[in-house]
Amino acid sequence: MAMMRNITIGQYIPGESVIHRLDPRTKIIATFLYIVLLFLVNTFSGYACSALLILLAVALSRLPIKYILRGIRPLAFIIILTLSLHFFMTEGHVIFQVGFLKVTQEGVVRGLMMVSRLVLLVVGTSILTLTTSPILLTDGIESLLKPLKGLGVPAHELAMMMTIALRFIPTLIEETEKIMKAQMARGADFESGNIFQRAKSLIPILIPLFINAFRRADDLAVAMEARGYRGGEGRTRFRVLRFTYKDVVALIFVAVFVVVVSIYF
Amino acid sequence: MAEALIKFTDVSFSYSADSPQEFEALTGINLEIEAGEFVAVLGHNGSGKSTLAKHINALLVPTAGNVVVAGIDTRDFDRVWEIRQNVGMVFQNPDNQLVATTVEEDVAFGPENLGIPTPEIHRRVDEALELVGMNEFRLRSPHQLSGGQKQRVAIAGMIAMRPRCIVLDEPTAMLDPVGRQEVMDTVLKLNRQEGITIVLITHAMEEAILADRIVVMEEGRVVLTGVPRAVFSQVETLTQLRLDVPQVTALANRLRQRGYDQIPNNILTIEEMVNVLCQLE
Repeated sequence: MAMMRNITIGQYIPGESVIHRLDPRTKIIATFLYIVLLFLVNTFSGYACSALLILLAVALSRLPIKYILRGIRPLAFIIILTLSLHFFMTEGHVIFQVGFLKVTQEGVVRGLMMVSRLVLLVVGTSILTLTTSPILLTDGIESLLKPLKGLGVPAHELAMMMTIALRFIPTLIEETEKIMKAQMARGADFESGNIFQRAKSLIPILIPLFINAFRRADDLAVAMEARGYRGGEGRTRFRVLRFTYKDVVALIFVAVFVVVVSIYF
Repeated sequence: MAEALIKFTDVSFSYSADSPQEFEALTGINLEIEAGEFVAVLGHNGSGKSTLAKHINALLVPTAGNVVVAGIDTRDFDRVWEIRQNVGMVFQNPDNQLVATTVEEDVAFGPENLGIPTPEIHRRVDEALELVGMNEFRLRSPHQLSGGQKQRVAIAGMIAMRPRCIVLDEPTAMLDPVGRQEVMDTVLKLNRQEGITIVLITHAMEEAILADRIVVMEEGRVVLTGVPRAVFSQVETLTQLRLDVPQVTALANRLRQRGYDQIPNNILTIEEMVNVLCQLE
């Protein structure tokens, strides 16, 4: 259970680097452009260029490399799966054969490409979450979605939901631990048995957790109303996002980079 | 005399009115609370004291009679927000009333809703956190705080809205003794130093003693009202209402029953008791 405490959403690492201090909107847009780039290029040199951009960002952010590599570890299974699927399932020029399994040249190329794309995607987006606090990220998303309000995108509501979710994650984790301990004190066993038995033993935890969560939601709604909350209309903000010349420079740089790389590779 | 800040006139309230489950929580309440007053509302569970509290900032409106707050009838739907700005409310569970992920942003939540300009919000947040002594915790997230600290943040969130009155609905019920002390110190400071009207819903007698006036409720009615000393001297009535009296008051009462008539029946604090006992022959 102690591991649950270590899960911090977004895994934000506070810092004072240039990347940390960029406006969250800049970082979101840049990440978005970078993702587009990854899907546009399909040569190894193109991926190498994308990796270069990421390396530059990592260097500027002064993030410890181990945090970035840690993000790749959960992908190990998917990487192996992708590689083997492509290696063995692609038709083409056979390099070598083990029993009925054939490895083709095309398969190796396609597989390695997919994996580079996957790794670059995860590393790139993790730089966004590692350098931006969840609060700023939420503010950034709200601000970027605001122009879409006319199309019926509930920007403020989405941001409010994210804020409340972030606020209550630690509270609910604490509560889960408390309920588990209470059940364990009465002889509940969460550790033994096969996966189905273990899943089944979670039911007595989930039910009180849900009931309490609904009660909390009710209380919170009343408290918010008592504090004058009535949606995003006419609301001012405590924190105001500010675009500086650094943001402009960063955005132009990333945009130009993306266009150039996607044209040439 | 000026109009009272809060005025209940023949207020009755039923939950699920006009249905088989109808339950009358308040019956014929008449109550006036003056600006600057510190009123404690005492009562057993289910006596209607929380329902009364929710009427003060229009979270509930009466089924009969009316409640007027700062000259505004709570049934005037268009002015509900004005009432909520005038009356802040602090609830029992410290976890379920903080909205934001950091202390300072939570305090800013109310002013943001009121549409106050950003620089002014910052000033108010600084001021409110200073007043409740939570300035050094401003960047913490709520789950890193103790219960008492969370309640102080909730109170700061109210102060930042500059209300004339703060209603606290059993704010200490879920706290440890240290937390209780913190919250009560803050409440007293707000009343004495800032002149904010306080309505404290509680069933802790030690807290009620601090008030200017006590209102005792039972089954949706106001059964007793007066200064703490007068209310607590009526030990028998309170016992009938299943309410405790402060320990020293109970002790004084028992000593009187044993024949120590020199002991007055309105002792509220341990110091008073010590003084009286030392003067006994």
